Amino acid sequence: MSMRAPSSDVPVEFEDVSVLVGPLALLDGITMRIAPGAPTVLIGPNGAGKTTLLRVAMGLIAPSRGRVTWAGRENAPPGRRAIVFQRPAMLRRSAAANIRYALAAAAAPRATRSERIADLLALVGLSGLERRPARRLSGGEQQRLALARALARDPDLLLLDEPTASLDPAATKAIEDIVHSVAARGVKVVMSTHDLGQARRMGDDVALLHRGRLIEHAPVTEFFAMPKTEEAKRFIAGELLV
Amino acid sequence: MLDCRIVVAAAALAVITFAAPVANAQDKSIVVASTTSTQDSGLFEYLLPIFKQKTGITVKVVAQGTGQALDTGRRGDADVVFVHAKSAEEKFLAEGQSLKRFPVMYNDFVLIGPKSDPAHVKGIKDVAKAFQTIKDKQASFISRGDRSGTNIAELKLWKDAGIDIEKDKGPWYKAIGQGMGAALNTAGAGNAYVLSDRGTWIHFKNKGDLEIVVEGDKRMFNQYGVMLVNPAKHPNVKKELGQHFIDWLISPDGQKTIANYKINGQQLFYPNADDAGA
Amino acid sequence: MDTDASALHLVLTGNPGLYAIVLLSLVVSLTALAFAALIGIPLGAALALVRFPGREVVIVVLNALMGLPPVVIGLAVFLLLSRSGPLGSWGLLFTPQAMIIAQTIMVAPIIAALTRQTIEDLWAEYRDELTAMNVGPTLRIATLIWDARFSLVTALLAGFGRAAAEVGAIIIVGGNIDGFTRTMTTAIALETSKGDLSLAIGLGMVLLAIIVVINAFAWGARRLGEHFAG
Repeated sequence: MSMRAPSSDVPVEFEDVSVLVGPLALLDGITMRIAPGAPTVLIGPNGAGKTTLLRVAMGLIAPSRGRVTWAGRENAPPGRRAIVFQRPAMLRRSAAANIRYALAAAAAPRATRSERIADLLALVGLSGLERRPARRLSGGEQQRLALARALARDPDLLLLDEPTASLDPAATKAIEDIVHSVAARGVKVVMSTHDLGQARRMGDDVALLHRGRLIEHAPVTEFFAMPKTEEAKRFIAGELLV
Repeated sequence: MLDCRIVVAAAALAVITFAAPVANAQDKSIVVASTTSTQDSGLFEYLLPIFKQKTGITVKVVAQGTGQALDTGRRGDADVVFVHAKSAEEKFLAEGQSLKRFPVMYNDFVLIGPKSDPAHVKGIKDVAKAFQTIKDKQASFISRGDRSGTNIAELKLWKDAGIDIEKDKGPWYKAIGQGMGAALNTAGAGNAYVLSDRGTWIHFKNKGDLEIVVEGDKRMFNQYGVMLVNPAKHPNVKKELGQHFIDWLISPDGQKTIANYKINGQQLFYPNADDAGA
Repeated sequence: MDTDASALHLVLTGNPGLYAIVLLSLVVSLTALAFAALIGIPLGAALALVRFPGREVVIVVLNALMGLPPVVIGLAVFLLLSRSGPLGSWGLLFTPQAMIIAQTIMVAPIIAALTRQTIEDLWAEYRDELTAMNVGPTLRIATLIWDARFSLVTALLAGFGRAAAEVGAIIIVGGNIDGFTRTMTTAIALETSKGDLSLAIGLGMVLLAIIVVINAFAWGARRLGEHFAG
C-alpha cells in the first residue's frame, strides 16, 4: 500500500444515497456533488442528517442504497480526507503528542514531523501548549487541536461537524478564521452548522437537509435571497425546527 | 517494535522461572511426606540441619496428616514417608508401595483438657474409661478428623471403650479436619478435650487454660515408622538419597540426635529403631 | 502483650527466616502477576476489540474462573502436576514454580476481565477518531493499551492483591515446605495453628505493610503519570 494516496478525494459525488437503520432513513435519496473550491455549508434542523452525511462523505458509513465516489473512486480508503467530529476525543497524551499520533497514522515522513507539529500548532493558535495534556485543554482549544490533527493528514477535503456548536463567540471566531485560511490554501471544506449567520459567513454554497432529504443546494447569496422551496423559506425564517 | 520486546521479555521470564526445577532434579534433595504432629513438635527444624551438615542432603518436608502423607507416597510425589500409624503403614507395605518399614522412635499421646475439667476425668488411669466418661457427660471433644496418626489413635481408643463413635457422636463431638495445632487452638477456645501427641503439646505455645488430664496408659503409646517409596512403582524416587536418610535416622548417630531433642529440658521422642516389634 | 513485643522484635532485627519468607512471597506473587499480565492484557484487549468466533464462550469461561475458589484451582493444578498426573514428569509439584502456575491461573482472568472493560470503554471513546485516522488493527490495540495504562495498573494491583493474599491454592501445590515453598500467608497459617502467634503476627504485619506500600506506590505513580499525560 502506498505511503500516502497521491490522488485527490474531491469531487465527492453522492448518487441517490440512502442510509437506513431499520425502517428509519437517516439519509434518503441524496444526490449531491461536493465540488472542489470554496466551502460548502450543510444546514438543517436537529436530526436532519447532517452528521450522517458528513460521515458518509468521510467513508465511515457505507450507504445502504446508492453509492459515493471520491474523484470517481468507489470504496476509497481515507487518503487525503479528514474529519473533525462535533465532540472530538482527545488522546490521553499531550497536545503535541496528539498531532504526532495523527502524523504517524498518516505515515508522514519522520524527519519532518517535529517541524509540522510546530507549524500546525501555530496555525491553530495553540503554540506554547505543546506539553499540556490534551484533555486539560478548554473546549475551544480541544476543537482547535482536533482541527490540527485533521490538518496533519494534509487533506484536500476537510469535513467539520458543527465545529463551533459549544463555543463562545471568541472561540467561534478563532475557528472560523482558521477554516477560512485553510480554505484559502485550496482545501475543500464541508462544514455543518446550526447558525445561519455562520452559514452566510463561511459558505460559498449551502445545502439544506431536512429529515434525511436534500431540500435545496444553491450558492449562498441565492439561497438566502431567493429560497425556492417551502422548507427553505421556513428554515430561514426560523420556523423549521425538526 | 514494542511487540517484539515484550515477546522476548516473556520468553526470558518463562525460561528463568521454569529452569529451576529442572536443576532441582539433579541436586541433592529429597521430599519427605510426614505428619503435622512431627512438624509441629519442631523435630524437623532441629534434625534436618544436622543431617544436611553431615551429608549435604537437603530434606524437604511436606507435612500433612498420616493418611494424606501415605497417599502422597502412593502418588509418587514423595521419596520417603515418615508417619505414625502402624496399621496404615502396614497397609501401605501390603500394597507394595514400599518394600520395608523401619521403626524409628516413639512418644505417647496425652489427653488434653481444660483446667476446669468439666467431665472430671483428670487423673483417671484408664484412658478408655476417660473417653467413656467424656461421652456420658457429653463434654466437648475435638477430633482431628483428618486420617492422621493421632486421629487413627483416637478412633481406636473410642473402640477400646466399646463406643461406636460414628453412631454415638453428638454435637459435643467436633471433627475439624485439621492439624494438631489447629485442634489444640480449637480446644482451648472452646473448653474442650482433645487427644494430642506429647511432642506437639510440649512445643505448643498457646496452651492457655489447657493441661494434660490423662497420660501413661499403654494404649497411648505412639510409634513412628519410616519407609522408602517403592522405586519400582515410581521410577522418579531418589532411592539412594532417600535410603541414606532412613539409614541415618535408625543409625546410632541419628537415634542419639533424636533423643537429644528437648524442649525446656523435656525429651519429646524416644528412639527405638532397635525394637524389631515396634 | 508478650506476643506483640516479640513480633516487632522479629521484624526489626531482620530475622533471616522472616525475610526469606517475605522474599519468596514477593517472587511468587510478582512472577505470577507478570505472567498473568502477559496473558490477560492482550486477551482482554482482544475480547474488547475483536469479534472472533467463540468470543462469548471465552467470556463465560473467564467469568467462571474468576469466581472459582482458589483452593479449587489449587486442587486442579495439584492433580495436573502430581507425579501420577499428566504433567508429573515435569516434577513441578511442591516447588515455587507450581505456586506461580496456580496463582497465574487465578490472576489472569481478573486482569483479562478488567482489561476488557477498560479497553471497551476507551474504544467507545476513541473509535471515531481512530477510524477517521485510518489506524490499522495493531496500532489500534497498542494505542488503546498505552492510553489506558493507568487503569490497567489498577487492574494489575487487583491481581497482585489477590495473589498476595491467597493461601489455599499455594499450600496445596507448594506443600508449605520450610525454606522452599513457605510464603507469608502459608507461614501465618502454619504458625497460627502451631500456636506461635508472635511469628504469625510479625508476618501479618509485614504482609500488610507490603500491600499498603505497593498500593501507595501505584497510586502515586498513577497521579504523577496522569498529571503529566492527562
